[in-house]
Amino acid sequence: MNGNSTLAAHRSQGMKAAQLLFPAYLWLVLAVFLPLSAMVFFSFVTEMPFTGKPWSMTVANYAAFFTTGIYAKLLLSSLRLAFEVTFWCVVLGFPAAYVLAKVLKGRSREAIFLLVILPFWSNGLVRVFSWAMVLRSGGILDTLLNAVLPFKVDIDLIYSYPAVIIGLVHSYVPYIVLTCYLSLQAIDDSVIEAARSLGASRFTVLRRLIIPLSLPGIVAGAVLVFVPVIGSFMEPRILGGRTGTFYGTVIEDQFVAVFNWPLGAALSFILLAVVLFILAAASPVMRRSA
Amino acid sequence: MTGISKLALLAAAVMIAQQAVAAEVHVLNWKGYGADEPWAVAAFEKATGNKVVNDFFNSEQEMLTKLRTNPGLYDVVMINAAFNDQATTEGLIQPIDVSGIANYKDLGPEKAQSPLLNHDGKIYGVPWVWGLTSIAVNDKAFDKTPTSIQVMWDEAHKGRVVLRDDALEAIQFGAIATGQDINDIKDMEVVKAKLASLMPQIRTFWGAENDWNQMVAANQIDVGTYWSGSAGRAKKNFKLPVTFVVPEEGAVGWLDAFSIPAGSKNVDGALAFIDYMIDPAFYVEWDNKVGAPVSANVKAVAELPADAFNRAVMGDPEVASRIRFQAPVSDADRERYLQIWQELKVNVQ
Repeated sequence: MNGNSTLAAHRSQGMKAAQLLFPAYLWLVLAVFLPLSAMVFFSFVTEMPFTGKPWSMTVANYAAFFTTGIYAKLLLSSLRLAFEVTFWCVVLGFPAAYVLAKVLKGRSREAIFLLVILPFWSNGLVRVFSWAMVLRSGGILDTLLNAVLPFKVDIDLIYSYPAVIIGLVHSYVPYIVLTCYLSLQAIDDSVIEAARSLGASRFTVLRRLIIPLSLPGIVAGAVLVFVPVIGSFMEPRILGGRTGTFYGTVIEDQFVAVFNWPLGAALSFILLAVVLFILAAASPVMRRSA
Repeated sequence: MTGISKLALLAAAVMIAQQAVAAEVHVLNWKGYGADEPWAVAAFEKATGNKVVNDFFNSEQEMLTKLRTNPGLYDVVMINAAFNDQATTEGLIQPIDVSGIANYKDLGPEKAQSPLLNHDGKIYGVPWVWGLTSIAVNDKAFDKTPTSIQVMWDEAHKGRVVLRDDALEAIQFGAIATGQDINDIKDMEVVKAKLASLMPQIRTFWGAENDWNQMVAANQIDVGTYWSGSAGRAKKNFKLPVTFVVPEEGAVGWLDAFSIPAGSKNVDGALAFIDYMIDPAFYVEWDNKVGAPVSANVKAVAELPADAFNRAVMGDPEVASRIRFQAPVSDADRERYLQIWQELKVNVQ
């Protein structure tokens, strides 16, 4: 009798959970699963079925990645780009998050916080184009520095690899600040005070306490930056000039310029596999930090 | 309501609906390319009573896909002559009865009779405008306008050269620079090597007209590949120091033509629209107000001012002898060109 009633209770709880889960999962099925499976299908065909041309199933699109070296080479340069951008985001974002969480209080914290998330409120394309205006020779940075400095400098960073790094770091640094802020704020001040009163130097406190305790935030932020940057195509195309060819821009070309969706889809799934592999390889670190 | 009056009402409704459809001309073209100029649409609608509905494509592939997936929707489509053959073979466009186009007789005969637009003695395309893909220079960087394509390789302009991010254009440009036929490239290795040696000169790859004009306005570039119509607009509309060059090595010519899709519901409207598009009155106003490529209508070009670029330079027989018109490119060649182009871009890093 008793067992029956708990079973019923379980069942009704399950029903309630299902009711709550249903909208989200319906949305995920419609918006993520269906298009993604369509893309999986497209990556295995010779021609897009709706163009009216004859088509058949093939693995040639995946084979294309391995038969020419250029896609692997591009993927490596995109990975390098993602590592560098993530590195600079952490270097710039972590100290900012520390100041927000531990130094500033009240109104000033709110104001600085607002400045961090402000870029999120503007369109990404607008941000990139404004960098293009700042970085070119005769642009805002060039004119400003030459007006202040006694000697002539020539700032012409546009259409170069550093320009791509600058644009991407600017776009993604708020992710690191936000995730690090959350984990830094969770550290109890009294722990830091205890360490200081026991004679630990500021550097030791940072190395032995703050960084290990905030590692989950750093790792989460790094993943949030790393994954989209590998596939980025807009920033390299606009800011990179002739050095702006990356894995993401080649995928974009397949979809937009030459209408070869099958190859574009196959290249995208190879990228997805590589990203999942890297995340899996990094998961021991993440689990320890979590 | 009785059954009969219901039927009559239904019949009337169907007739009205049919009339509404019949009076619409659906046009498929590039955006901002003549056919969608508001003043032109208004003039055409006033003269013929047809209503123009514009739709646009961003690449030739997209245009073909739109035709394949929407049979019967479009009445007029603008197809580059190099793609006419493919559209005809796939049965996407129908033969045109040019007796309904009064201005057809004034078209340049070599354009009207181009084998690219005529198949099996039937006309599948009415030539509209043509132009060149060649180089243009920033006047501030040159005392004397260069006459050779080799200026792109000149060390003096290192880092101030642009090239369009387009495989076909890049490869054909390389073919001209190495003295080869753009429609029959015999030695691809030479083209590859020539383009590879151009890469260190390149500032960036441009995509749209606006990129090019902005870089000249900011004095960031000296020379680059460009389109004749765009160079005209840059000079006329935006007052930029741009001069278009038809180099002694030659230039790539392209021809844009209007076709009528198979299954068009308003062929008469389509013929009227095409007739208006090749009319001298429309062309002269288009070139004056906005800047246009060269009309295929000889009379239309003759009505331009004597010093107009499209009349003075493009109409010069000596210039015409240097132009090589683009022939259709097979899908296999297209893919090969793209691969070569991607390799060139990747190895630049």
